[in-house]
Amino acid sequence: MSPALAVQRDLEAFVRRDATGRGRLELLVTGARCAACISKIEKAVRALPGVDGARLNLTTGKLAVELEATAADPDRVVQAVEGLGYRACLFDPTEAAAAQDREGHDLAVALGVAGFGAGNVMMFSVPAWAGLFGQELNGSTLTVMYWLAALVATPCALFAGRLFFRSAWASLRRGKANMDVPISIGVILTLIVSFSETILGGRHAYFDAAVTLLFLLLIGRYLDHRLRANARSAARDLLALQAPVAMRLDGDVETGVPVAEVRVGDRVVIAPGDRVPVDGRIEAGLSELDNALITGETALAPVGVGSILHAGALNLTGRLIMTVTARSEDSTLAGIARLMEAGAQSRSAYVRLADKAAALYVPIVHTAAAVTFLASWALGLGPREALLRAAAVLIVTCPCALGLAVPAVQIAASSRLFRKGVLVKSGAALERLAEVDHVVFDKTGVLTQGRPRLVDAPQRLIAMAAPLARASRHPLARALAAEAGLGLVAQDCVETPGQGVEGLIDGRRARFGCASFVGVSDRGAGETELWFGFDGEVKIRFTFEDQPRADAASTIAALRRLGLGVEILSGDLAGPVARIARAVGLDDAWQAGLTPFDKAAVIDRLKAEGRKVLMVGDGLNDAAALARAHASMAPGAAVDAAQSAADLVFTGEELGVVTQSIIVARTARRRALENFGFSAVYNLVAAPAAMFGLINPFIAALAMSGSSIIVLLNAVRPGVRWRRK
Amino acid sequence: MTILLFLAPASLALGALGLAAFLWTMRSGQYDDPKGDAARILYDHLEDLTPSDKPD
Repeated sequence: MSPALAVQRDLEAFVRRDATGRGRLELLVTGARCAACISKIEKAVRALPGVDGARLNLTTGKLAVELEATAADPDRVVQAVEGLGYRACLFDPTEAAAAQDREGHDLAVALGVAGFGAGNVMMFSVPAWAGLFGQELNGSTLTVMYWLAALVATPCALFAGRLFFRSAWASLRRGKANMDVPISIGVILTLIVSFSETILGGRHAYFDAAVTLLFLLLIGRYLDHRLRANARSAARDLLALQAPVAMRLDGDVETGVPVAEVRVGDRVVIAPGDRVPVDGRIEAGLSELDNALITGETALAPVGVGSILHAGALNLTGRLIMTVTARSEDSTLAGIARLMEAGAQSRSAYVRLADKAAALYVPIVHTAAAVTFLASWALGLGPREALLRAAAVLIVTCPCALGLAVPAVQIAASSRLFRKGVLVKSGAALERLAEVDHVVFDKTGVLTQGRPRLVDAPQRLIAMAAPLARASRHPLARALAAEAGLGLVAQDCVETPGQGVEGLIDGRRARFGCASFVGVSDRGAGETELWFGFDGEVKIRFTFEDQPRADAASTIAALRRLGLGVEILSGDLAGPVARIARAVGLDDAWQAGLTPFDKAAVIDRLKAEGRKVLMVGDGLNDAAALARAHASMAPGAAVDAAQSAADLVFTGEELGVVTQSIIVARTARRRALENFGFSAVYNLVAAPAAMFGLINPFIAALAMSGSSIIVLLNAVRPGVRWRRK
Repeated sequence: MTILLFLAPASLALGALGLAAFLWTMRSGQYDDPKGDAARILYDHLEDLTPSDKPD
């Protein structure tokens, strides 16, 4: 066991304490699936001293632990859970607070109230409709029915409509009209007309329509919100898994602090196997770094005292102590961050399908209602009759089909992708993905596994070096050991961080490590290699290579069949890139040695040619390109900058999800357009009917709800077919 | 028609009861962990493991 693990870690910064000193701690537990897992984890954690209670939420994977006022050690909790074979990491308390979903709660309550109103108002509006088919209620009973309907519908509509009124008002004050403006006008006008009709003893009261309209619209809003909230929390969990804790050195004590709290000048310990949390300079220690996520290079970089470390690099072999030179927000990545910002701006200019439809729809409907009012009045109807017709136009053309058309389709598509391990960050991302006609891949960690594998070595030589390789924690040595399988381990092994391992095999002294450690003078040209040799004998060279993902070649072939252009942009050297390009069938379409700025420039050039680019990348060097591309995907192992720049994050090992995501996005887009088409046809029929006064309250309610339900059914239709497959 | 004076408030009260029940389930966090609740029902001892009491 390395000395780093023996040090007591103080993780008090992750505990939120109340006034009495009782604390609360949140952990993200991965791997828990069933009732037995809940039972095992909760029991083990409760048995710890100082722990008051523990509850695992299986849906979100969060384990909430309550601590007594006495100092209980959060580290023991983490170790207890990990000891059971689950992966646990601490959640930053500020993030945990941000995860509470106020908006979703408001929407659900509004939806419940609107549902109650829409259901119960029918008790009184159905008898009133019956009068339209000859089963006449007498005048006073009808008025009673209307008053009772008003009693139920008005408070419900005003309560559930708050969210729309607020948004419409905010938009009007900015001098714009969003979708909520016609909704709010429609609802308020409907209520006013209905009250005046009821008071004057008329027949055209639409209380039911007002509240049903809100109910259907809220379903759409709620679905849209759920989609975004799920993706947000999943993205937050992924980030928490990456670098939750920086181990700050105060004197001789290691204190775990959230990465955001690390200050310039702090000393931070990086254990082997951990990622560098922030930029810094090495003060003590020797090691090797895996920079694949930052530069895309596959060769390991040896580092020692004085070397500069960049956030995101993986420390492989030795324990390092570094002095922090920049906080995570303002490190050397400022240039990349500026590029990302510019990209995000161009992307926010993207107009979503529903907004495009609303831009057409809002002026047309308002004009139609105004024309109806003026024309009916001019043609000799009373102002009351004219206003009724205008209100009927607003009601039957209510945009609930529009409001449902897109969210319902997108929630179906994204939940299908979620089951495949793809997180969709927003509905707009799905729409952009559907338009893509060119795919750009990063090499390291995207097309490849991001892990070195041994190449072209005879089994005899592997078996010879394996006893030493098994004793080492170095990733290259492990790759060799994996190739050799189970077997003997060398004796008296001593591992020198960043150098290699030395030990006895059958009584003979042998060394396994870098060229200089084993005693070889010539170094390979940028290739990842290890040397092995017995004392005073011929040295053997092993080369390692990052292998392409198993389905990389088939994925690229599938993308080409879909009619998409495919190419590779890599920051790695030309040699390895060419090899991978050949392996996946992209001999002619690759560029190597690109800086982050080059990559962004290539994306810009493709955009200028009129192409819609999907960028798939995982490194910091990809972040700018990810933000500038029309749509972007990142694997779950990517650095957080890349994940936050990407529209979709995929968590599995398979690259095939890229193709599947595009297909799902295209299907969803087709489905949404069908829904718009249907809504347009419906409005073309219903609006003129309302303008000529052919619509009565019954038909208005039927037409409006009917159109919404048809749109909703069309949206879930692909969902049903997918699940069967 | 006087029956309406009785039936209308009665059915509205039932509807309001349903709404109140829904708001209560929202407030008491019964939608926070549907998967976990589905699993917990399978084990008797999981039920009484509320955060306040410890297992022996």
